[in-house]
Amino acid sequence: MLTTLFFLRRTGFAAITLLIASVVIFGITQVLPGDPAELILGINAQEDTLAALREQMGLNAPVWQQYMHWIGGIITGDFGKSYTYSVPVSELIGARLWISLPLAIMSLLLSTAIAIPVGVLAASRHNKATDVSIMGATQLGIAIPNFWFAMLLVMIFAIKLRWVPAGGFAGWENGIFNGFKSLLLPAIALALPQASILARIMRSALLDVLAEDYMRTARAKGLPRSMVLWRHGVRNAFIPVLTIMGLQFSFLIAGTIIIENIFYLPGLGRLIFQAITQRDLIVLQGLVLLLVGLVIFINLLVDIAYSIVDPRIKGAFHE
Amino acid sequence: MSEIELPGARESWHDFLAKAVHNRSFTIGAIITGFVLLMALLSFVWTPFDVTEMDIPGKLKWPNSQHWLGTDHFGRDVFSMLMVGARNSIAVAIVAVSIGMAIGVPLGAAAAASKGIFSDVIMRANDFIFAFPSLLLAILFTAIFGPSAINAMIAIGIFNIPVFARLAHGGSLALWQREFIFSARTSGKGPVRITIEHILPNLMNIMIVQGTIQFSLGILIEAGLSYLGLGTQPPDPSWGKMLSEAQTMMGFAPYLAIFPGLAIVITVLGLNLLGDGLRDIFDPKLRRKR
Repeated sequence: MLTTLFFLRRTGFAAITLLIASVVIFGITQVLPGDPAELILGINAQEDTLAALREQMGLNAPVWQQYMHWIGGIITGDFGKSYTYSVPVSELIGARLWISLPLAIMSLLLSTAIAIPVGVLAASRHNKATDVSIMGATQLGIAIPNFWFAMLLVMIFAIKLRWVPAGGFAGWENGIFNGFKSLLLPAIALALPQASILARIMRSALLDVLAEDYMRTARAKGLPRSMVLWRHGVRNAFIPVLTIMGLQFSFLIAGTIIIENIFYLPGLGRLIFQAITQRDLIVLQGLVLLLVGLVIFINLLVDIAYSIVDPRIKGAFHE
Repeated sequence: MSEIELPGARESWHDFLAKAVHNRSFTIGAIITGFVLLMALLSFVWTPFDVTEMDIPGKLKWPNSQHWLGTDHFGRDVFSMLMVGARNSIAVAIVAVSIGMAIGVPLGAAAAASKGIFSDVIMRANDFIFAFPSLLLAILFTAIFGPSAINAMIAIGIFNIPVFARLAHGGSLALWQREFIFSARTSGKGPVRITIEHILPNLMNIMIVQGTIQFSLGILIEAGLSYLGLGTQPPDPSWGKMLSEAQTMMGFAPYLAIFPGLAIVITVLGLNLLGDGLRDIFDPKLRRKR
């Protein structure tokens, strides 16, 4: 009963947030200078051709009608047609999703795979040399901008050692391994700061749990140390870790914009950047809405997962 | 943020210093931050070379006794550019934190003081801004309103607002439960007066800690924006832009890509250590964990 109510309230809030976001994104892109009709036809186009195209594109309609048209299309899966590429926006996004999504997932997996054991190790060696050096290393990891780390990786592994390509995407059709190789350095660059933050959260959450009475009970009943640590400790420390992972996903999405530019990867991040420089509003709007929607959705999932793991949270939504 | 313990009384400056000198994070952080600030301030009156002066014959020189960190593809002195770049980065981050604090703290405190719809609207608006990935919106904002240092400040500042509002809201709510606020209420003070006289002064510590953290985030985001060409504009040097220019020359002039990055890392590291140290000093209970 309470769970359903929480679920409904939380989902309702996410839906309203997304709706407002769509209005804000649409509104903000209207401020961008530039005439889409002129963009399509070029600066030498005749005035009457321009006017005809504007009429055809519905640019003369009141702004709110344009918004309704846009949002109505999106609900039915039609994101409109790109001004510069003359192909449906959904097609552009679909093609690039196959680079950005694997990249985001790879870096999330990588950062989790590094952060969890490292954080657990630090907590189990609390205040010893291992802990202190891990904490120092993560401080450094947080301070390193991922795009600079990416440049260092390129310098070492692509320019000096020539193990991996410096940029560009080999394409999945040329073998999964080649595609994977082009995404490896970007994924590592994205994962480093995330892993540092996550390891710190893992450590402090686990330290909190280790101080609980039931941990002493588990030890007292004779369970081996490692079992107590992983089965009782890590499992219970996972809630804050999960929240941060949800938050990090949105950093990851923003991070891909810069990282994809460094590695010349034709992903969503690069598409956003191109859409901005080419004033391709319809692509920009659709893409930003999609990314914001994704972030809202992930946060919703995290909150719901959270309330299932810890029933105390249901009552106190967002307090 | 329930872990943050709010102090009952403000510490005196003397107590603070006595604890500060024994805190390793604080000391190292303060030294690094002080050094960066000093370099930035010094750049107003002196740099080894003029940062706009080009010297084509002397271009792309590796670090040497004359040009400590080498010269770039226009023959400009890298060390001097880093000094002026520090000034720009710090200016953007300070203004961005100030915007966030100046708007966020009063909003959060007001939401805590007044329950009901007003408070709900403020906190939901906060959640809303929070749902946007900050760098994405900063990129969108600067792309729309024109790339410049000023717009970068505003864009980063907007996304600092909910951070401070949330913190002020949570902190104020906890304070409103305390006895000394209760006694202030029984003595007839209204919510506005209590907020100004008792709540805000007691939020100072956590705001300073958060301010330091947002400061370092601001430096990172500014560097990212400048790297994309959306932050500080030429001919003003900035760390992010120096990195993007260095990218095409990494094969033969790797030092150009290394020093601006190190400058960012050192600055951010210093600020984070300073923030950690301040948190320990203000709240000794947390020390065992961090």
